[in-house]
Amino acid sequence: MALEHVIERSDFDELFAALSRRGYTIVGPTVRDRAIVYDELRSVADLPVGWSDEQGGGHYRLTRRNDDALFGFAVGPHSWKQYQLPPEVKLWEARVDERGALVDAVEPPRTAPRYAFLGARSCELHAMGILDRVLLGGSHPDPGDRARAQGVFVVAVQCGQAGGTCFCVSMNTGPVAERGFDLALTEVIEDERHYFTVEVGSDRGAELLRDVPHQPAAGHERIAAGAVHARTASQMGRELDTAGIKELLYRNYEHPRWDEVAERCVTCGNCTMVCPTCFCTTVEDITDLAGEQVERHQRWDSCFTVDYSHIHGGAVRASPRSRYRQWMTHKLASWWDQFDSAGCVGCGRCITWCPVGIDITEEARAIRESEERPGADD
Amino acid sequence: MLEPRLEADPIGPGPMVPEPFEVISRRRDTGDTWTLELERSSGAALEFAPGQFTMLSAGGAGEVPISISGDPDRPDRLVHTVRAVGLATEAICAAEPGRMLAARGPFGEPWPVEQAEGADVVIAAGGIGLAPLRPAILWLLARRERYGRLVLLYGGRAPDQLLYTDELGAWAERGLEVLVTVDSAGPEWLGHVGVVTRLVARAGLAGGDAVAMACGPEVMMRFTVAALREAGVDAGRVFVSVERNMQCGIGHCGHCQLGRTLVCRDGPVYRWSELEPWLAIRDL
Amino acid sequence: MRTIEELIATALIFENLRAEQLGVIAGCGREEHVAAGAFLLREGEAAERFFLIRRGSVALEVHGPGRGAVTIETLHAGDAVGLSWLFEPYRWQLDARALEPCELIGFDGACLRGKCEADPELGYELMRRFAANLVARLQATRLQLLDVYGDARASA
Repeated sequence: MALEHVIERSDFDELFAALSRRGYTIVGPTVRDRAIVYDELRSVADLPVGWSDEQGGGHYRLTRRNDDALFGFAVGPHSWKQYQLPPEVKLWEARVDERGALVDAVEPPRTAPRYAFLGARSCELHAMGILDRVLLGGSHPDPGDRARAQGVFVVAVQCGQAGGTCFCVSMNTGPVAERGFDLALTEVIEDERHYFTVEVGSDRGAELLRDVPHQPAAGHERIAAGAVHARTASQMGRELDTAGIKELLYRNYEHPRWDEVAERCVTCGNCTMVCPTCFCTTVEDITDLAGEQVERHQRWDSCFTVDYSHIHGGAVRASPRSRYRQWMTHKLASWWDQFDSAGCVGCGRCITWCPVGIDITEEARAIRESEERPGADD
Repeated sequence: MLEPRLEADPIGPGPMVPEPFEVISRRRDTGDTWTLELERSSGAALEFAPGQFTMLSAGGAGEVPISISGDPDRPDRLVHTVRAVGLATEAICAAEPGRMLAARGPFGEPWPVEQAEGADVVIAAGGIGLAPLRPAILWLLARRERYGRLVLLYGGRAPDQLLYTDELGAWAERGLEVLVTVDSAGPEWLGHVGVVTRLVARAGLAGGDAVAMACGPEVMMRFTVAALREAGVDAGRVFVSVERNMQCGIGHCGHCQLGRTLVCRDGPVYRWSELEPWLAIRDL
Repeated sequence: MRTIEELIATALIFENLRAEQLGVIAGCGREEHVAAGAFLLREGEAAERFFLIRRGSVALEVHGPGRGAVTIETLHAGDAVGLSWLFEPYRWQLDARALEPCELIGFDGACLRGKCEADPELGYELMRRFAANLVARLQATRLQLLDVYGDARASA
């Protein structure tokens, strides 16, 4: 992979300004409520300068770094999913006339803000691609989804450290982003210098870079960036053996491990909220008291709720066991058959944000090992 | 066609925007089931294949997936047989002629009526399961000469719970062998009493390359299919229609997942040999 | 330590069999234990075994989406679990699940069918007993079907 350019830290603000001048709404990581979340950024100062994160099963803490890294952390509870598939979307609104007909139906404008994602990680780029396939790949793509997908400017950042629950290496989704970005940065902090190597991924990225002071990358700078990538790859907090994982889980729908995890899972649905590929939504028609105005809304939903699978007579998945099993087998197995790709990108959010620390890699390992060594499951 | 107010949009309304349909007629079938005939406001017929469904709603009371139960050769009328079991379906069933409903679709994989040509066709229906099979029956009868025996095995809870009783005689005259049974009945009922699986033996099926299409409560379908297979029908030639929670109907919301498939997109009609391993998993 | 023969001698379904007939049957059986919640047999699977409950209780269930598992009947100490092993197509029609830890005698159905083929008199005796069991269960099921308790709507 050719690293072509270098931007000094002191010139990084120019990158930000260049995006602003082109009318992009810049969204990226910022500290809020003791976490690093994604939100609109007004300046480079809004970035989590000097912050890092400590993550484990059911554990997330911000920590101070001893440097001024702009991107010295892994991923937080937010993902770019909230821009691809907003938590609440009004699909249309209409008046209801005296015959019950929907009249003067209005769909919200198909335009979306021109976003620039600043700081997208490799796992997140894969997640965006997976979500695009779900939303746009079928026979009924919603024009609103398409509008949101077009025109996003992506400034990827190659991870400088792995999070405690990361396993992108296992899922083949990182830590180095190879495509899907306009520009990809690697942050290098040395005793005397703080700079970013820059890889151009598109014509649009090249065009933007012309507005930012930069130099061709020298040999030692490429090596330094490569060292960052290698260090991150070696720090993975978790591992998941994906060999034959689909068939493994398809064989084990009745495995006693599901009963075991069901004793811990409180079906809070946190995992589905933070997961960058979970896409389930619910559709609701909301009327005013007189029944004269109706709006159809699409909201994020979770397969962990009891009424998610409700049909006449009751819920198909009434037990927490069946709901946890549904989520995990969907993520690692049936997603392949439904959408011809993996569902999981190894970002580790579900592990970090589970209040009881359930670990998808541990659950998969337990089932796999019990096949290799019968009786080993405990 | 609803005209959303958008700036110069060449794409058209999104797939979540329904179209208006006027209720032309409304008939009560049983205590909680009505059949509605609808006419599309745009005038054009809604072409559909037997077994498909629409997402149907009444004036903002919520949308539900309802199988189309009309004649696919007469799509100028959209016909739905609906059971009133909740807010959305109650509102739909309460819509009298002149009222407006809204529908999106048609969606889903249909019954294999064309692939069954040349063979005997057995249709097994339980309760309201006859509604999604009615379009298939009408299609087959309209092309009677292309099929071998056409057999309908229909089971209901009680005589007053049976659908389309005024049509069964006409269907029989057009070449459909009709066997009807109820779970229990009073002395005025002179027909069969017993579960629909018992009708399979009575039908005297030859197996061979017969095609079966079954729809009804899932437990009934499982046992009826077992009886059909015992009678010699091949599992790869049995088709069923299943029901799961649906919100969007277009493969986006995730609710209708059944194992590795999405019922709105890969079903609701499935080949039994492909579906059976999944239906055997409890709470899937 | 009692033999299988001794353990099954008091079961109603094997009542009044001769000692050597009991011995043949016992030869196809062995002691088994299942935990609460475990399945003895599953709908659709090959019916190659059946069980005599010595201690514990077992629910016969049918599962379906929405309703979950519905218990059709419960069986207890002294009852035989599984009738389809004796009749073609030798496939279970229901699920049977232990409601509590159970002590069972598990019989190899294929083995026993073989013994009946070889000894028609034994076959006749077993068939009589299982048939009587079936008739009793059929009658009970019919009564359940009548839904005699009903509700106000049904009886109107």
